[in-house]
Amino acid sequence: MNILVCISNVPDTTSKINFTDSDSKFDKNGVQFIINPNDEFGLTKAVWMKDSNKASVTVLTVGDSSADTILRKCLAIGADKAIRIDCEAKDAYSVAKEIVAHCESIKYDIIICGRESIDYNGGLVPGLIAGCLDYNFITNCVSLEIESGKAKCAREISGGTEFSECDLPLVIGAQKGLVEESDLIIPNMRGIMMARQKPLDVIKAQNINSRANDKKFFKPKEKGEVKLVKPDELDKLIDLLENEAKVI
Amino acid sequence: MSVLVYSESENGKLKKSSFETASYGKALSQELGSKLICVSFNCSDIELLNKYGADKIVNVESSNLKDFTAKTYSHVLSQVIEKENISVVILSSSADAKYLGAYLAGITDSSYISNVVALPESLNPFIVRRSCFTNKAFSTTEINGNLKIISISSNSYEINENNGDGVIENIDYNEVSSTFKVSNVEKQSAKVTIADADIVVSAGRGLKGPEHWHMIEELAEVLGAATACSKPVSDMGWRPHSEHVGQTGKPVASNLYIAIGISGAIQHLAGINSSKVKVVINSDPEAPFFKAADYGVVGDAFDIIPELINKLKARK
Ligand SMILES: Cc1cc2nc3c(=O)[nH]c(=O)nc-3n(C[C@H](O)[C@H](O)[C@H](O)COP(=O)(O)OP(=O)(O)OC[C@H]3O[C@@H](n4cnc5c(N)ncnc54)[C@H](O)[C@@H]3O)c2cc1C
Repeated sequence: MNILVCISNVPDTTSKINFTDSDSKFDKNGVQFIINPNDEFGLTKAVWMKDSNKASVTVLTVGDSSADTILRKCLAIGADKAIRIDCEAKDAYSVAKEIVAHCESIKYDIIICGRESIDYNGGLVPGLIAGCLDYNFITNCVSLEIESGKAKCAREISGGTEFSECDLPLVIGAQKGLVEESDLIIPNMRGIMMARQKPLDVIKAQNINSRANDKKFFKPKEKGEVKLVKPDELDKLIDLLENEAKVI
Repeated sequence: MSVLVYSESENGKLKKSSFETASYGKALSQELGSKLICVSFNCSDIELLNKYGADKIVNVESSNLKDFTAKTYSHVLSQVIEKENISVVILSSSADAKYLGAYLAGITDSSYISNVVALPESLNPFIVRRSCFTNKAFSTTEINGNLKIISISSNSYEINENNGDGVIENIDYNEVSSTFKVSNVEKQSAKVTIADADIVVSAGRGLKGPEHWHMIEELAEVLGAATACSKPVSDMGWRPHSEHVGQTGKPVASNLYIAIGISGAIQHLAGINSSKVKVVINSDPEAPFFKAADYGVVGDAFDIIPELINKLKARK
């Protein structure tokens, strides 16, 4: 079984968010990049499936050479092979279309993406890939088991869980629950050494035009000072919420 | 060229988000000088959409479409899009709507943009405002392409009544075959969900253990609120993952967010920033959350919460 895990390179969650070029570009200066957390849940699951389903795991990212560091990390975590489609990741549409073009030449049984990235939170890439390839698709995926070529999945829905079955090929949007936080694999020395021997192929991009172009970024207004209420004056808090904020 | 709104329903009744999306769709269709068409699946109170200005209402009735699935619903919508000459599709930001939107964008080769917080700033070029970096920033973004799909952030657009006289139509469509089958759905009935709630009561590691959550649940019940928690609380298994809010959990866009025993780490704040009013209850006056809050109480949650519950009950 062939599994593709799509990895997005995102700013560390503690990064200061700043912009350059008259607020038209994200300022990468001094920003640490990490594997998008939702993708990492998916990658961990895929690595487990190497044992449980004799899967071969390829990780892929669309980006420039600055993304190689996290691809090496994915290899150290346990992926067999890495691919980088060499271009700037402009928007979700062009990224998804690059991945689709790759998946038309090499067939994967399961394509795992994170349910959304933590930078743009668009949640577009997995659905777009599935729609373009006409594959089955489950996002917010919290469980995945493959038995005799069929997938049994669970999806978190508003207020509950939905269980489903479908044939492969399948695209999933992974999130916490697919594996737990404590299951995440921290690469050890042996993994890091082995990762150096594993292939990291850089392939040419299709250079697809983007559909969404950010013109200008801005930050939310600074908050005013907090209004403090003493613990023995809770009536006042209720009054403020009822009559000033009008939220209860 | 018309505007299509996917009107979500649950158990045959329209959800509140469908009035938000209809209101947004109406305003946009007026700006575009076009018609508003609302589409729903197996919905029994669909005529309510007339109150929000629908020019046409399409109800898709089929026992095969009983369960929501992104693939089959998208294929039906894509047929309506073609038949009605649609230029913009409006969706809510519910988990199902985002699920559907991305897939629909794939099969129709359209341009999909999510987390939109206002009406377009310009129609030609088409420029919208959306939140990004988990609410740490906004951007104005130009969208190209003939068909656009816009998913709007919850609670970002006001519900406006607007008389419509939409005729209700049933449509003929070709069913797509799919091997995807929903085998079972488990739901905690009666509980308000974080996505739908006007008020969210959230608690963190300051609560010391899962056994103390009864007071959080009771406070939520008195307020008709949903319950939520910080990430470590769900990682330790004190609460289910579905309650984890923040940058790596669920976003919260409620009118009121009450944070109890949560320090206010940057990843937590990122997810709850778009809530309108924030109340923080924390024993540490230096907790970073106070800087992001509208109202605060410095004190011990174990004293404050029971008393707050009593006072709220007495008020009713
Ligand atoms: C990659 C990454 C992603 C993350 N994503 C998220 C996310 O999505 N959501 C999230 O929440 N976190 C996230 N975190 C974790 C985040 O950094 C914090 O660790 C976490 O939010 C802290 O949770 P807490 O506030 O419940 O606990 P703590 O930081 O331990 O705070 C507990 C608070 O309770 C107060 N307290 C203690 N006793 C009492 C009492 N009796 N009465 C009142 N107050 C009391 C304390 O003063 C303290 O402020 C992420 C971290 C990383 C590295």
